[in-house]
Amino acid sequence: MTAAQTRLSLQRFIEAAQATITAHAEELTALDQAIGDGDHGHNMVRGFDAMREAAAEIGAQPFGKALQKAGMTLVMKVGGASGPLYGSLLMAMGKAGDEAPEDISTLAGIFAAGVEAVKARGKSEAGEKTMLDVLVPVQAALVAGGDATAVRAAADEGLASTEAMLATKGRASFLGERSIGHLDPGARSSALLVHAVCDVLEEE
Amino acid sequence: MTDNVSIVIVSHSPEVAKGAADMVRQMVGEEVRVAFCGGNGDGGLGTDVAAILEALQSVYTPKGVAVLVDLGGAETNSEMAIEMLPEGQAENVKICNAPIVEGAVMAATEAAGGAALSVVCATAEEFQS
Repeated sequence: MTAAQTRLSLQRFIEAAQATITAHAEELTALDQAIGDGDHGHNMVRGFDAMREAAAEIGAQPFGKALQKAGMTLVMKVGGASGPLYGSLLMAMGKAGDEAPEDISTLAGIFAAGVEAVKARGKSEAGEKTMLDVLVPVQAALVAGGDATAVRAAADEGLASTEAMLATKGRASFLGERSIGHLDPGARSSALLVHAVCDVLEEE
Repeated sequence: MTDNVSIVIVSHSPEVAKGAADMVRQMVGEEVRVAFCGGNGDGGLGTDVAAILEALQSVYTPKGVAVLVDLGGAETNSEMAIEMLPEGQAENVKICNAPIVEGAVMAATEAAGGAALSVVCATAEEFQS
């Protein structure tokens, strides 16, 4: 991929991410009202709108620096815990890869660095009804060399698995057993973003 | 300018943050520097990394800064803001695992006596209502 193509792609990824978050903002808020504080939709829109506004500036940077800038934009703008969590994901990915990955195993390695950063930031692991229940299966699908269809399926299965889980992290943990039976809003936003990225990759 | 540990209060609510800071000031007057912040960038409930960073820097001293937070996002955003401080400052800033109002008052009272950051945090964390 040439530098110009990378620049184009990053802008398209940002546009696709912002579009899906905007389209599903009310759904994210409704999920968060059930088991959290009901601000996930608004917070994500604020963060991804800011990223969209900075898309040209972000896209002008090399891949690694661009991801770090995109992550920092989310950290500074989201206003909830999801800001540092998504921000840490992108910033760690940016630090792990200076250049855009040219094969799936390189992408898997870069993504793994991001997922580790989310675990550290959230002091969490998969199985606790969080975004990690989507990110960790996606990482496994990438390691297995899966295509966009396999990656989307991993995200969807991970998201579905959160419904039966007991929340032990975040505000949903205050509900105890009553958190069971609801999808996790962070897992939902993660699945939406994974779909958006896969859709753009397929169009490339 | 005092050389006591400073206090930073981070709540989802600007009113809670200000109220807790008012209670601290009532206890310790000007002997301890106190900063507070609350609310997201749009003025709603939430926390804002930029505002937390500003609050930390407004009262930073090498003696230390004790940070009191309310719920999860306040802690995560405070951890992020602490990491963004200029090099060498983060090690002098600690988040106390204590209730925000009681913890802030206990921490400030201990800080007013000139205690070290570790002692200030321990006092806040030992608080039992």
